[in-house]
Amino acid sequence: MTANFVSRRNVLKSLSLGVAAGSVLRAVPLEAAAWIHGVIQAERADKAGGYAPKFFSPHQYATLQLLCETIFPADADSGGAIEAGAPEFIDLLTSENQEYQLKLGGGLTWLDSTCSVRYGNVFLQCTSLQQKEILDLIAYRRNGKNNKALRYGVEFFSLLRDLTSDGFFTSKIGIEYLGYQGNTFLLEFPGCPPVPGV
Amino acid sequence: MLQLNTPRKIYDVCIIGSGAGGGTAAKVLTEGGLNVVMLEAGPRLNPEKDFKEHVWPYELAHRGADVGGRARNEMNNEFMAPNGFWEIEGEPYTTAPGSTFRWFRSRIEGGRTNHWGRIALRFGPADFRARSTDGMGDDWPITYAELAPYYDKVESYIGVFGTKENVPNAPDGVFQPPPRPRCTETIIKKACDSLKITCIPSRLAILTQPLNGRPACHYCAQCGRGCISASNFSSSQVMIPPAQATGRLTMIANAMAREIVVGKTGKAEAVSYIDKTTRSESQVYARAFVVAASACESARLLLNSRSSSFSNGLANSSGAVGRYLTDSVGAGLAGYFPQLEKVPPHNHDGVGAMHMYMPWWRFGKKNAFLRGYHIEFGGGRDMPGVGGFDGVCAEHEGYGAALKQKCRSSYGNYIGFAGRGEMIPNEKSYCELDPSVVDRWGIPVLRFHWQWGENEIRMSKDMQETFHSIVEAAGGTVVDGARRGKHSAGISTGGEIIHELGTVRMGNDAKTSVLNSHCQAHEVRNLFVADAAPFVTNPDKNPTLTIMALSWRTSEYLLDQARKGEL
Repeated sequence: MTANFVSRRNVLKSLSLGVAAGSVLRAVPLEAAAWIHGVIQAERADKAGGYAPKFFSPHQYATLQLLCETIFPADADSGGAIEAGAPEFIDLLTSENQEYQLKLGGGLTWLDSTCSVRYGNVFLQCTSLQQKEILDLIAYRRNGKNNKALRYGVEFFSLLRDLTSDGFFTSKIGIEYLGYQGNTFLLEFPGCPPVPGV
Repeated sequence: MLQLNTPRKIYDVCIIGSGAGGGTAAKVLTEGGLNVVMLEAGPRLNPEKDFKEHVWPYELAHRGADVGGRARNEMNNEFMAPNGFWEIEGEPYTTAPGSTFRWFRSRIEGGRTNHWGRIALRFGPADFRARSTDGMGDDWPITYAELAPYYDKVESYIGVFGTKENVPNAPDGVFQPPPRPRCTETIIKKACDSLKITCIPSRLAILTQPLNGRPACHYCAQCGRGCISASNFSSSQVMIPPAQATGRLTMIANAMAREIVVGKTGKAEAVSYIDKTTRSESQVYARAFVVAASACESARLLLNSRSSSFSNGLANSSGAVGRYLTDSVGAGLAGYFPQLEKVPPHNHDGVGAMHMYMPWWRFGKKNAFLRGYHIEFGGGRDMPGVGGFDGVCAEHEGYGAALKQKCRSSYGNYIGFAGRGEMIPNEKSYCELDPSVVDRWGIPVLRFHWQWGENEIRMSKDMQETFHSIVEAAGGTVVDGARRGKHSAGISTGGEIIHELGTVRMGNDAKTSVLNSHCQAHEVRNLFVADAAPFVTNPDKNPTLTIMALSWRTSEYLLDQARKGEL
């Protein structure tokens, strides 16, 4: 690890500050995604020799990372889905599950095709506003009801969101973020702490 | 017919199955001085190696979701003790057209006791006298009073916590003190008090005080993963070890019993089994046989044991083997409780199941259905796991910091309710041999027929209404479960509650039952059944404690017979 290493939590925090105030999207633009990717890879390489995706192509995996981090971004209280290892977790499961391969692999390709038609670029190369626009469309079931063409995207995003939440909330940082305090050895169980109304 | 000519070792007793019933029989029979051989269809259990107690999800590459994510939302996740599966490769079962049935089977030393919920409820006096009480089903050939001393023995030996409550038809037992309630239990108890629904400390086979060298629980809530300190009950850790310590137990693992062979005298003489490791057939000989392979597996073994004397299956002249199949009536519902948002993060783990429950509180009253149900409930700040946030994600949708915060603010505020009620046996629910399908060991498989009766549907509707009223009274909102399943009342699929039983039932009438009041076959005097197959009713109490009490009683009878030279 280099001396001037910037922790990825700080990187992500500073990056997310750049996004317009009030925006739901805390996604980072392409360059930043690449930078995070580099930081993560460097850190993982320090630990375990880097992560080579088992199922997704490098381009798909970079898109997956950005989407995961967009779903659960780093904020003042914790790191985000990338730090939590969600993309690796999803890639591993997908490499073993044909249904996920169709839904997620196909979904990522659908996203790129749709973005190419709408914006003339694949998702990763769209502007952050364009990325927000398409994600706001596929992140809600009601949009699929109004626009049948979006249903593939809605299905894809719904599964990706579930798996990202799995990856995030089963990670060390995710569990700490929730404040889970168990998995210990106690001589006695103390019961419910005193709380008004409970 | 096999040729049984060569002189071989003959054990006193052969037990088939090492779960709650088989384990209990092994302990009682070996300690009583008999030489016992036990066949187990799965491998031996090694708790130190096989249990994943205290492992964090992030310590496993699949985070608990297992290969390909197949364990998402399944009870059988990656952390669970090796216990069994709904589907076993190469060992299918079939269902008749129009029937849906799920069959959970274990293939491991200790059977399903490695993973069970440790709910240890005695059946009540009325549960043994069903027909006398309401005219439906049948009475047991024994009474509560006859089984009560064996409940005492089992509870004293395995350790069960609970409280003396004098609830009608939910007898108190020999109890250790219960653990303190969690926050979720405190608020539901208050709501139940206001609704006049009985809510009392639960009765679980988990130690809160040391017993027989087993330390008390350390409150990690991971009973389902298997307990390395054996502070909860499993046959593999509590029944098999003392049997082995006598030096009189021979365990044959990976042995799939195929057929019980009858000799010229009409007595059972041997069990033919498939050694799964070599795929070859062997026989083991004994003077008596205790079948405890789990209710449907035991029925299957008898049905597959056809001979000139028993063309319909061993001890099955009555045709009752496979009949009277029941499971518990199940229904579920979850609520969100905003007052839990104010509870600061704290250690909520406790034991591996609910600290409180609702026994059937309308016993003896006029209801829209016969019999009754109990309610289990759980939730709160459990260890986060895969699938645990699907509901929040589906409800709030979107993405980003707002969703992340929503997941955190709603974490720990859900409570799920599960009703477990009594099914009355009916003619349309049974298992039989499939006429054309065998498993990979060449053994004909079971075909299930299943239909819930009107009483069960009415009961599950009542469960839903009760759950709604409890959630409302506790200041919560219903979030899930109201309309699950194909049935309007959201009733569980047959077999899904894993309380299937009744398929080799006891009775005083040899025309309508297979076993007498000692769980001894009417027609084959050295054949006994010691799992839940002998049960005549399937009350709203989980069967495991009664399996053990009944097996203990059967085993003492068998010991007595052996001492008298009757074997």
